[in-house]
Amino acid sequence: MGNKHVNAIVVGAGAGGGIVAKELSVAGLSVVLFERGGWATYDDTDTDELKSQRTTPLGNAYGPDDSRYKRVIANADGSTYTVLPSEGGYNNNAACVGSGTVSYGAMAWRFMQEDFKLKTTYGAIEGSTLADWPFTYEDLEPCYEKAEWEIGVSGDATQNPFGAPRNKPYPMPPFSHNKEAQLLYDAAKRLGYHPFPIPMLRNSIPYGGRPACIRMRTCCGYACPVNAKCGTQNTVIPIAIATGNCELRINSVVSEILVNEQGKITGVTYFDEKNRKQTQTADLVVVSCSATETARLLLNSKSKFFPNGIGNENDWVGRNLQGHAYTGAYGIFEDEVYDDLGPGASVAISDFNHHNPGIMGGGVLCNEFIRMPYSFTGIRPPGSASWGKEHKAFQRLNFKRVAQAVGPYQEIPNFEARVEVDPVVKDFWGIPVVRLSGSRHEKDVEGCRLMSEKAELWLKEAGAIHTWQSLGGGKGISGGQHQAGTCRMGNDPKTSVTDKFGRIHAVPNLFVADGSLNVNNGGFNPALTIMALGFRVGGYIASEWSKGNRFK
Amino acid sequence: MEKQTKLTRRSFIALSVLGAGGMCLLSRCTNPPLSPWRFITVQESNLLDALVEQIIPTDEWLGGRDAGVTNFIDMQLTGPYTRYQETYRKGLMAIQETCKTKFQKRFEELPFEKQTQFLEAMEAGKMEGKLWEKGLDRQFFRLIRDHSLQGFYGSPRHGGNKNNVSYKMMRLDYPVIIGQNRYNN
Repeated sequence: MGNKHVNAIVVGAGAGGGIVAKELSVAGLSVVLFERGGWATYDDTDTDELKSQRTTPLGNAYGPDDSRYKRVIANADGSTYTVLPSEGGYNNNAACVGSGTVSYGAMAWRFMQEDFKLKTTYGAIEGSTLADWPFTYEDLEPCYEKAEWEIGVSGDATQNPFGAPRNKPYPMPPFSHNKEAQLLYDAAKRLGYHPFPIPMLRNSIPYGGRPACIRMRTCCGYACPVNAKCGTQNTVIPIAIATGNCELRINSVVSEILVNEQGKITGVTYFDEKNRKQTQTADLVVVSCSATETARLLLNSKSKFFPNGIGNENDWVGRNLQGHAYTGAYGIFEDEVYDDLGPGASVAISDFNHHNPGIMGGGVLCNEFIRMPYSFTGIRPPGSASWGKEHKAFQRLNFKRVAQAVGPYQEIPNFEARVEVDPVVKDFWGIPVVRLSGSRHEKDVEGCRLMSEKAELWLKEAGAIHTWQSLGGGKGISGGQHQAGTCRMGNDPKTSVTDKFGRIHAVPNLFVADGSLNVNNGGFNPALTIMALGFRVGGYIASEWSKGNRFK
Repeated sequence: MEKQTKLTRRSFIALSVLGAGGMCLLSRCTNPPLSPWRFITVQESNLLDALVEQIIPTDEWLGGRDAGVTNFIDMQLTGPYTRYQETYRKGLMAIQETCKTKFQKRFEELPFEKQTQFLEAMEAGKMEGKLWEKGLDRQFFRLIRDHSLQGFYGSPRHGGNKNNVSYKMMRLDYPVIIGQNRYNN
């Protein structure tokens, strides 16, 4: 029995897709929302550090699993090797309803005005595909506001003088600082910086029918036991389902976008929960599977009309893969700075996000999420033992005396950092897997060094008696959970994959709505921007649809 | 097989002995002694005990051996770490063979400091000979170290960190009490 034709298919129920599904179904379109995973709950793995979404030696708490998924990494010399989802090189995002928004740290950043016009701000950079976005911050501002109010954000924007202008405050008050954050807050003030509470997609007060945060130490990398963390799985997706117009089809893996004899997109093929190959047709398709998997799906959809994959006429699909080079410093304090008030990260400075002489971009610096005992085994001053008596004593004596100031450095986009599909290796369903190659821009490390130096000074001022830098930006593949950039937006089809509303150039009824669209990735965690783009793309489709546009 | 409807204690013991003896006859007594472990042999477990104790030595607090780290590793080797079975078998064998040649002793019989030096040589990639080809020394050392730290500092649900010993050592309260509002204002 075939599936009933619907108006829209959304592939991927994460930060972008969940919002698009809600926008479309509320506007009256019939929608099938595909998700390769199922519903995730806290009890699946509770506070298990070895199987969380942040540290994954024994597997990812919320998927994907090691038994069915893999990827290929291509080295600079052309050699390749296969990686599993629980291994770092995989560059994983969670496979569950809500995806990363179930288990993220939930920082709710708006990009800055400069982030939308990097090329204008900094000029061309050698070896980079730097470009301006096809719209300004002001164009996206209403969508940021929607994300903040519909998903839910706690914060106080008035304390950050470098924040982009906004029309409305956050819907919830900010969180109080824990002990280490308060020390860093006071130190930043003394240094003349501008510390402020990190805006969080987490309830500081009851909001949206869900309770306030209970300040667990396990938060980043874990689902919330009381549902106080705000993701698409507990906000927009339930609204979409409640309209009666949206069917969420879980444990369903979309393998290809269908193209008919006239070269029109007609739907998708997928493997259902029993691994049977199925077809779902629709008037339009929105792909929101993350920067790696969206590119994979487009590249795997080959036909006589799209011999190199859909949207890939100019070899731009999968290019410009960016994540964030995480860079900062650690400090050991004389007294304990740990008070077990989760999730840890709560204070930030944005003083070094743009306008650093000689550096492109920059990034926000924050105190870090609580490091769990196993993660802490890797945190040692340079030259320290990585095992044995001394290592154990450090663990016991210093766990509550170490703080970290760290931030996501905005990477310089480059064409050779890319997602392809591997010609040989296939996953459990026989679908060619993602193949990652390339590396960060060589100049990233300069910006990282600057940020690490500032972080170290900040920790010293806060009272750290011994500090050391953790420098990011080295060679190697970018991506990670902040993966972005592989289907960049632009006005020129020759140097971008989609138009300014996320529609694939030259394909009237195929859209992208996730971090793939980002022209660059900001000096911030990108979740709120992906959500804002979800509202932008979803809102555009819904409004055109209501005017009678059927994207033919 | 005929059905046993009633099995007295005496006949059970008799059967067990016969069974064990029978096995011995069939396999010409080359079978290792019955092992309580899942993947590792009893002999390997003695070696692993010594290795995990090197990574996390006993001090005022339990060390790796008594915290169940060997059990953690054995459990994972038949679960998520099945892919490391071969490296473990080869690596453990290489350690014992090297000790036999160099010291005429098993690794676990060496003094603690000697064991430490042995592992430091592995960590530095200084082992020689056919047994350690293709960088097995470094590779296996890294596995032992990482897996020991996981077993000691990770959740007890995976077979290590007995009685939350590492959490107690680090003064972290476990289990976390859900629903406890801990903020001050």
